[in-house]
Amino acid sequence: MKAGSRLEKLLNQGEFVATAELGPPKSADIQIIKKKAAILRGYADAVNITDNQTAIVRVSSIAAAKIALDEGLEPIIQMTCRDRNRLAMQADILGAHVLGLKNLLCLSGDHQSFGNHPQSKNVYDLDSIQLVQMCKNMRDGKVFQCGEEIRNTKKSEIVEPRMFLGVAANPFGDPFEFRVVRLAKKIKAGADFVQTQCIFDLPKFKTFMQMVTDRGLHEKVSILAGVMPVKSPKVLQYMKNNVAGMSIPDDLIRRMTGAADAKAEGVKICVEMIQQMREMPGIKGVHIMAVEWEEIVPTVVKDAGLWPRPEIAAE
Amino acid sequence: MIVAEQKDITEIIKMIEGYQKILVIGCDTCVTVCLAGGVKEVAILASSLRLAYQVQGKEVQVHETSIERQCEKEFVDSLKSAVKGHDLLISTGCGIGVQTIAEQFPDLPVIPALNTSFLGLPEKQGVWVERCQACGQCILDKTGGICPISRCSKSLLNGPCGGSQNGKCEINKDIDCGWHLIYERLKALNRLECLEEIMPVKNWSTSRDGGPRKVIREDMCL
Repeated sequence: MKAGSRLEKLLNQGEFVATAELGPPKSADIQIIKKKAAILRGYADAVNITDNQTAIVRVSSIAAAKIALDEGLEPIIQMTCRDRNRLAMQADILGAHVLGLKNLLCLSGDHQSFGNHPQSKNVYDLDSIQLVQMCKNMRDGKVFQCGEEIRNTKKSEIVEPRMFLGVAANPFGDPFEFRVVRLAKKIKAGADFVQTQCIFDLPKFKTFMQMVTDRGLHEKVSILAGVMPVKSPKVLQYMKNNVAGMSIPDDLIRRMTGAADAKAEGVKICVEMIQQMREMPGIKGVHIMAVEWEEIVPTVVKDAGLWPRPEIAAE
Repeated sequence: MIVAEQKDITEIIKMIEGYQKILVIGCDTCVTVCLAGGVKEVAILASSLRLAYQVQGKEVQVHETSIERQCEKEFVDSLKSAVKGHDLLISTGCGIGVQTIAEQFPDLPVIPALNTSFLGLPEKQGVWVERCQACGQCILDKTGGICPISRCSKSLLNGPCGGSQNGKCEINKDIDCGWHLIYERLKALNRLECLEEIMPVKNWSTSRDGGPRKVIREDMCL
């Protein structure tokens, strides 16, 4: 056991896992976090708590994760390289461990020019791969990035932060052939699980997964396929035009446009995608990204036949 | 070369308010090539200032001159006689030029007429692009001669982020993805295996983060 998180245990148990996402509020309103947590409780094995998502200031991932934990969720803290240097990252990782948080997703982070502080200075002291490596060294090597042992004084015991380490993978970014190489590097750096970008383009994803399985990467890491329920064809069109690294087939936009009830159709498409993922070799679960539509997650999980969620087997 | 751009004229006028005898000093090196602060630009700036004072009915004298390189004390010292009698110096050099003048003429105020932009090259007529961030630890041998520190918007060291699409950066479709360029170049050189290696955490202490930097060549010191 690496960190002993619920997510890790369920994956070790061989369960097909379902993770979801909770975006912290753009204000200091704790009730929003509690409300979202209540919706997701019982419907996701773990929940990503985003970190200044799209470079917009929000309640910090670790603070929101602690509240989610107290509300009965299993949080996955997200950490981007955009806003922190190695000192701040390691301090936050120690802090997260102290608070009882056990999963960490390492990300590059959206560029600050997308967000509400485009005049800010980005950090990128480390990149996401170096962040995974640092976290793994903290956990398994029991050392800080500088090489110093993680102990308070020379005579104190070593008490290292233990995180189950996740990374993102975007099979739809370019250059396409490099995407699997990048994933291999993330695994080499120490990734335990992977959550992919939202999949709408199934043929392209299948090609990517073929390359992944050809290299045997699926045996070294747990891959969770990213899926997204969308409310309207407009959302799809917007992402197609404005979000870099997304592949959205026109057929799908047409299907959503032709639907009498777009929201219901969005859920149906998402459920169909989950079914496809359950059949696909090398996929260990799904990551349901219902951005600012958390209330739909229970429906998606139930319709996909993923409810109730499994329990951790007694040791 | 150092690439710079002239500040807005209204900003310059605000900075020089209250002075009577002004000398505008150009630089014949980088800022001449990037059409920001050479003899020609000095002449235009000085004329604009004279015109502005004329309109305001103020009697301010604006003179102009230029030197080979504002970033070398020997050249700046050659200004001694030209500077005499002025109460303000305007430099159309880069930030280094402004500071060299300030150091050599400690009794006179000097103001910058340019914003120093970056280290780069002219790509085509009227377009200059960034190529180096002077991080103090060159890794161009590993990246096909293309710098990820200056050409990736996030200065990533281990390949393109998920926002790279059709060879362009996520922040702007007019910006090439630096890592896509590196990938294509290494592919052409048959050296893609370079990208399989994890590039370790960078030592930024040789970059800006280590404080003001200094190069000392003991063998060249007198």
